[in-house]
Parts: sequence; structure tokens; C-alpha cells
Amino acid sequence: MKHLLSIDDLSTDEIAQLFETAADMHDVQSREVKKLPALRGRTVVNMFFEDSTRTRSSFEIAGKWLSADVINVSAKGSSTSKGESLRDTVLTVCAMGVDGLVIRHPASGAALQVSEWVDASVVNAGDGMHEHPTQALLDAYTLQRHLGSLEGRHVAIIGDLTHSRVFRSNVQCLTKLGARVTVVAPPTLMPSGIGPWSAAAGFETSYDVDAVLPEADAVMMLRVQRERMSGAFFPSPREYTVGYGLTRNRLALLKPDVPICHPGPMNRGLEIAADAADAAQSVVLEQVSSGLAIRMAVLYHLLAGEEA
Amino acid sequence: MAAPDTDPTRSDRTVLDARDISRALTRISHELLERNKGATDLVLLGLHTRGVPLARRIADKIAAVEGAPVAVGELDVTMYRDDLRSQPTRRAHKTALPAGGIDKKVVVLVDDVLFSGRTIRAALDALADLGRPSAVRLAVLVDRGHRELPIRADHVGKNLPSALAERVSVRLAEVDGTDEVTIS
Repeated sequence: MKHLLSIDDLSTDEIAQLFETAADMHDVQSREVKKLPALRGRTVVNMFFEDSTRTRSSFEIAGKWLSADVINVSAKGSSTSKGESLRDTVLTVCAMGVDGLVIRHPASGAALQVSEWVDASVVNAGDGMHEHPTQALLDAYTLQRHLGSLEGRHVAIIGDLTHSRVFRSNVQCLTKLGARVTVVAPPTLMPSGIGPWSAAAGFETSYDVDAVLPEADAVMMLRVQRERMSGAFFPSPREYTVGYGLTRNRLALLKPDVPICHPGPMNRGLEIAADAADAAQSVVLEQVSSGLAIRMAVLYHLLAGEEA
Repeated sequence: MAAPDTDPTRSDRTVLDARDISRALTRISHELLERNKGATDLVLLGLHTRGVPLARRIADKIAAVEGAPVAVGELDVTMYRDDLRSQPTRRAHKTALPAGGIDKKVVVLVDDVLFSGRTIRAALDALADLGRPSAVRLAVLVDRGHRELPIRADHVGKNLPSALAERVSVRLAEVDGTDEVTIS
């Protein structure tokens, strides 16, 4: 593995390997000395051209716990705000001898484009509405810890599908692992052209949350991404909650102990009620600690070996 | 697949059979007890892959003698190796310490073959990140020489002088289905 740009690049074997490594990394979090020397002398740059708390800090801690030197570059306060192009910014940073580049960018395909310009290993930490592979890996890893094998298990992904890179990566990852996936959204937030894709990739679509919830083995709520919305996709937040939010009433539709995921940040009261977010079966915080383990595993696999 | 021992065409030679291995481990167990004056504060840490079952066997033998269980754990040193960068990415294994940890304990590292000493160097580094034992000792089933670092074993099952080009293989029932040490 040289880059991690899309879930599509990973074989099921590679995913299983990453999960195994992540399980080993998970133990490090409970140790007193949270440090492994595997990436000593390697440099990882986090380039975030979009706001982020958990992904950026997660990659930063993951790199540091593996003893890599981690530097953060964000669009605000960098030369990008002076009008430098992405290519120039990336080449400038890489000219300083960088081994790994973790990039988040509002443009779909940015990570792939960057990987063609540089020698460093590139990790896609979210490119526009395209993909967010480490999020999908950590979601599947978290669910596996709860459900065992995902083969034949039914995962419902509910919310703003149109603007969601998390959904696009997750559908690929979960179907690769043999899960049955149903995606649910209001018609206005169902991506156009999803019909042929779902038929080819083997997942289902639905507009009816209440019909899907009772048969789900896991529920993944997606954030309503108002910063990406240019038009009116639903009449009012209240209306969205009534139609598609995981409310207290809908919580009762779920089978007992069905894990509830949310990639964060949550809009409490919009797509997920506090009752659901704080329920005993909510795995939202566990996703964060899994995320750290997964990102350590990804950085280790990309950067520790000879070909990095 | 390897042919039976009697097969004259087989290129490797059995140095230790199942009974030899068992005897060597029994002796190591007694040496450990004698040196430590009992099993208190003793922690056996097996190094992946084959050191782990060896540590368990020694622990069983000690428990049989002393009548009380002895702490066993497993240690993975992949992340601490000095050759990580010159090889394709290696799979890491699990590190599992016994409940009491290793602080102020006498830790005995257990491995199958002592060769260059680099694995043990990595293990010592890993231990330093996990706690502070009062002492660290090394027990190996086979010492084949050719050290590249100033490291020696405290307890050796068998000293096996070998040429650098020769290959020493340890097979254990838990991992390989059979107990033997061969040289080829």
C-alpha cells in the first residue's frame, strides 16, 4: 500500500490486516507510555483545507504515538490564504522531506490529484463529497467489535446522503465485508443517479426510516451538512427531524442493543436526539477511540515498511 | 511437506525431539526457580511467535512444582525492530501483560532461538515502555550463536553451534502441530 485514497483501493484481505493491526494499537491507548517507536524519524504533515476537530487531532495523535513528527498545516493562516495554488502549497511542503501527507480538501478528488504530484504517501482524510476512507474503516471496525463478523448483518445508513463522503466510503467498505446495507434519505438528499450504483454495488435505498429501523442490526446516522447546502433541501429543521431524525420514538423501533453510530460532529436535536446520542447503545465515543487505532494502523502500514 | 526422520533424502537433521524439548524446558523451569528462590514476583513473557507457547509450557511446569500459578504474558516487538524500514511492512501481534503488570517483578523473556540478539534488544526497548521490572532475564530453547549485539541468555535449552548459512527451525505443537528442532 502506497496511498490510501479510496476504500476501492483496498482488498478485503488488506482491510482485515488493518483491523488486526488496529486491535493491537487499541491496547496502546490504555498503556501508561502511549508510544511506539515504529515511525521514528518519519514526518507526517496534516494538511486540512476544511475545518475538523476529530479527524485532524486523531491523525496527529496517531502519528505522535507511533513516534512520527507531525506538523499541521491548515488553510487558514497558510499561504493558501495569500492565493497560493494547492499544487504549489503541496509541493512546497513536500520539498521539506515529508514521508506522509494527510489531506482534507473541499474538492472531490483532491487527494488523488495530490498523490500524482508528490512522492510522499497520501492519506485521504476527506475530499469534498467523495470519500473519507479512514472514517469508513473505523466505523466497520467499531461495528465488528460489537457484532462480530459483518457478513449478512444489516446496516442502515440514514441522513444527508447527497453531501456525505462518509456514506460513499462506508457503503463500499461494508459491502466488501459482506454486510447488507440500506441507505435512507429524504428524496431531496438522495444522490441523483444512485439507482444504477446501488444496483451494481448491491445495496438498497429507501425513503422510509420507520420501515428500515426495526430490521437493522446497526444504525449509522449522518450529519446534515448545512455548510454544503446551497439550496433548500427540506422545509425546516423541525420537518427533517420529524421525517428522518433518530428521535426518542424511533429509538423504540430498534431491536435491543443495536449499536448507533454517528461520524460527528452531531447536530443534536436535528438528525439525532439527545436520547439516542447518549443511549447506552450509542457507540459515538467508541468510534473516536477506534478512529485513533485505525489511523495508527493506516500510518503504520503506509509508512513503516521499506517502500514508503 | 517435510518427510519423516528416517527418510535419508531429507536434508535437515533433527537436533531436539519432543522429549528433548520437554526435558530442556523442565531444566529451565528448575533453574529459574532456583535462581529466583521460588516463583514469587516472577513474570514469564513469551516473544511472538514461538516464545509464547514456550513461556506457557515453562509456566505450567513451574506451577506443577510450586503448586501455585505463575504470571505469563506475551510480548510483541515488531514496532521496536531495527529492521522495520528495510523490509515490507510486518504484521504486528498482540502484547498482553499479566494483570499484575511488570513493575518491580522479575521478568523472564522467553524465545525459541537466540541468534543475532536483535529481537531481544527490541524486547528490552519494549519493556522499558511497559514498566520497570526489578530484573530481566532471558531464557531460550536454542542458542545458535552469531550474536551481533552484546546480549547473552541466562537459561539455554541447548547450545547449538551452527554455520551462519545453516537454518535452525523450531516447531512447536501449538503452532506447527509437532515438537522438534531441526537444522538444515
